[in-house]
Amino acid sequence: MPAPDQGVIARKARIVARLRSVLPADAVIDAPEELRAYECDALTAYRCPPLAAVLPRTTAEVSAVLRVCWQEGVPMVPRGSGTSLAGGAMPTADSVILGVARMNAVLETDYENRFIRVQSGRTNLSVSGAVEADGFFYAPDPSSQLACAIAGNIAMNSGGAHCLKYGVTTNNLLGVTLVQMDGTVITLGGPWGEPSGLDLLGVVCGSEGQLGVVTEAWLRILPKPEGARPVLVGFNSNEVAGACVADIIRAGILPVAIEFMDRPCIRATEAFAHAGYPDCEALLIIEVEGSEAEIAEQLGRIRQIALAHDPVEFREAADEDQARRIWLGRKSAFGAMGQINDYMCLDGTIPVSSLPHVLRRIGEMSRDFGLDVGNVFHAGDGNMHPLILFDANKPGDLEKCEAFGAEILKLCVEVGGCLTGEHGVGIEKRDLMAVQFAPADMEAQMRIKDVFDPKWLLNPAKVFPLATTATRRAG
Amino acid sequence: MRPKTEAELVEAVAGATGPLLLRGGGTRTLGHAMGEVLETGGLTGVELYEPGALTLVVRAGTPLAEVDRVLAGERQRLAFEPPDLRGLLGREGVSTIGGVLAANASGPRRVQAGAARDAALGVRFVDGTGTVVKNGGRVMKNVTGYDLVKLLAGSRGVLGVLSEVGFKVQALPEAEATLVIEGLSDEAGLKALRVALGSPFDISGAARHSGRSLIRVEGMAGSVAYRTGQLRDRMGGEVTVAEGEASAALWREVRDVVPLQGKPGEVWRIATLPTAAAEIVAVLGGEALWDWGGGLIWLLLDPGRGAEVAAAVAGRGHATRVLGQGGPVFPPEAPEVAVLAAGLKAKFDPRGILNAGMMG
Repeated sequence: MPAPDQGVIARKARIVARLRSVLPADAVIDAPEELRAYECDALTAYRCPPLAAVLPRTTAEVSAVLRVCWQEGVPMVPRGSGTSLAGGAMPTADSVILGVARMNAVLETDYENRFIRVQSGRTNLSVSGAVEADGFFYAPDPSSQLACAIAGNIAMNSGGAHCLKYGVTTNNLLGVTLVQMDGTVITLGGPWGEPSGLDLLGVVCGSEGQLGVVTEAWLRILPKPEGARPVLVGFNSNEVAGACVADIIRAGILPVAIEFMDRPCIRATEAFAHAGYPDCEALLIIEVEGSEAEIAEQLGRIRQIALAHDPVEFREAADEDQARRIWLGRKSAFGAMGQINDYMCLDGTIPVSSLPHVLRRIGEMSRDFGLDVGNVFHAGDGNMHPLILFDANKPGDLEKCEAFGAEILKLCVEVGGCLTGEHGVGIEKRDLMAVQFAPADMEAQMRIKDVFDPKWLLNPAKVFPLATTATRRAG
Repeated sequence: MRPKTEAELVEAVAGATGPLLLRGGGTRTLGHAMGEVLETGGLTGVELYEPGALTLVVRAGTPLAEVDRVLAGERQRLAFEPPDLRGLLGREGVSTIGGVLAANASGPRRVQAGAARDAALGVRFVDGTGTVVKNGGRVMKNVTGYDLVKLLAGSRGVLGVLSEVGFKVQALPEAEATLVIEGLSDEAGLKALRVALGSPFDISGAARHSGRSLIRVEGMAGSVAYRTGQLRDRMGGEVTVAEGEASAALWREVRDVVPLQGKPGEVWRIATLPTAAAEIVAVLGGEALWDWGGGLIWLLLDPGRGAEVAAAVAGRGHATRVLGQGGPVFPPEAPEVAVLAAGLKAKFDPRGILNAGMMG
């Protein structure tokens, strides 16, 4: 991280006093032992306590806080629930953390116009929870959905297992209330969904909290399908599994999810969760939705396509319990790998057609680096999740793991993909940005930040390589 | 000017000495920009098409019809159903795929499959300084860096000239059917659209015009039959069902706003809340075509009604005047948002030469 501004640190007492003057007493945290809770997010390898943390309850309070920080020249790090795997909410020693956790109200639910308006600290799953009884749901479903906040989902443009059919956050976000760094409150978009003028909402979504603080959001809600059911298909080669995925997509069947696990991952989850998966090279879990008859129609077609690829197993779920068991191993995959060792999870995306090649190369690299890796990912959209195992207590292992991870991500870019499909760049991948983007491409992105946040105070040191932003941050 | 390569496009922009009027095919241009015409229609061709990955990357000047033809060859299509507005706007010319994205032109299926912006995976463009910028790519999930793809979608050229665009495409459905409901008032007919969109039957079109409400389902044959039946049971009025080509023809009419074509007056395009759709038209009068379950109103009015339209829509959407003479075309932005938009234009086009004045 860049060296903190010692001038800001020296003025801590004054800054905290000013924050206290605009917020209720319990909304400002400055005791070192309490600030430890904010020293990192889910990327726990890096830690740094912030100068202070604030927990506002309203847009007006957020605006007042930002105005103080803007006047004082204090960097500001917005934080949803702190589940970022990329260090997206990692503080610097001279920064104030703005946590939205207390802003979790549902402000409006409108079924006829199919939207919900929430404060941004509300958790992803509880958005669906608020409309579930009336037969609706909010589609993006990141695997951290029990904990992660809508604010963070918007910042990272989060995806999930079901976005093959329903899209990611940006496709389900209708509008936001955004507080700019100088405290100005603006509305972008609205419940009607159609942009007017430049689509600023589109660029705010996925900007990793660097353009403003989202305090409220209009989200698209959808009627729940009548039912859903998975099938499990095992193959003796990654190539064949990949070809099966392509054939299903080409046939015009649109499953809501196509998940892929490779042998190391299958073995680990079997040992951990005993889901009864076949011992094979590659495994697909394909889920379809609709009425009983519609599910049967789609699964019949999928069965026909899969059998043409000579699978070692094609397992349908006869009832709810069997369906649950099919998902059990997939849902336990991260926990199972964590049982074996520490792991780093990447999320580069590749063209689906490159799947066999990329998996082969990852296997070769795994041998070269001497670190095991398991692959579990969203196959329908090419979003990989290689889990690299390492021992955090073994000197040099973390560095080796990071180097291996970087090689995998470079490979993703090389075959036409990208560094990150849903986790975001954060601090974790910022120095790899030059692998994917030419200087002019990054310059174009940084111009956006120049306009929204001219002092470069919002969520510093994320997304762009430090050397690239040095002159702007100094300004 | 009509460059044939991206390098020639760079030269044309960098070497421009005055304002440029950007044009794909000129079939959906709006607003009052002036300048030397710079056409992208010479930048044609498919860069990459992988049907198995639902991915298409094409040069921006490629005709929309050519894109449709290439996709149809693999039984695929653009999911967002871009409208052909030549009939409505009285234009000649060949719509280009770059123009489609620059206008975020999206048809009836938007209620289910999203807009052009949602299908766009990547762009290459030449900014106002003549610099080539790329953003996004060819994969469906990509959160690497800021999303300039969305920003460029619908930007009507004021930040840069698109040279290449990538889309997620969709397989053609096996079947489609449309419920045609007659005998309902506008209010009841629009309510029927909202009921359908709130059902689990995966509606891919919900429109109303000429006293009829239209509700479309697409997919596998058995599923289409099932959902058509379920919806039919839930609807009042006199319901008939159009299938296959008869259904498709109904939606081409909606998509291209055929009922309002060639009629005297001004045409407004109003984005609003579906529940406000009947009232706005009741207040303003005129002939309406409602799409997106009422969330989009195409409204034919006598000239000079701009202030009334703005008042009727205030606080619940926005209105663009797509056909008419003189006066403002695009809705005004809130002052703080206008500052940001102006700031971005100044960064990407410091000389202010790209479609200057177009968006007001």
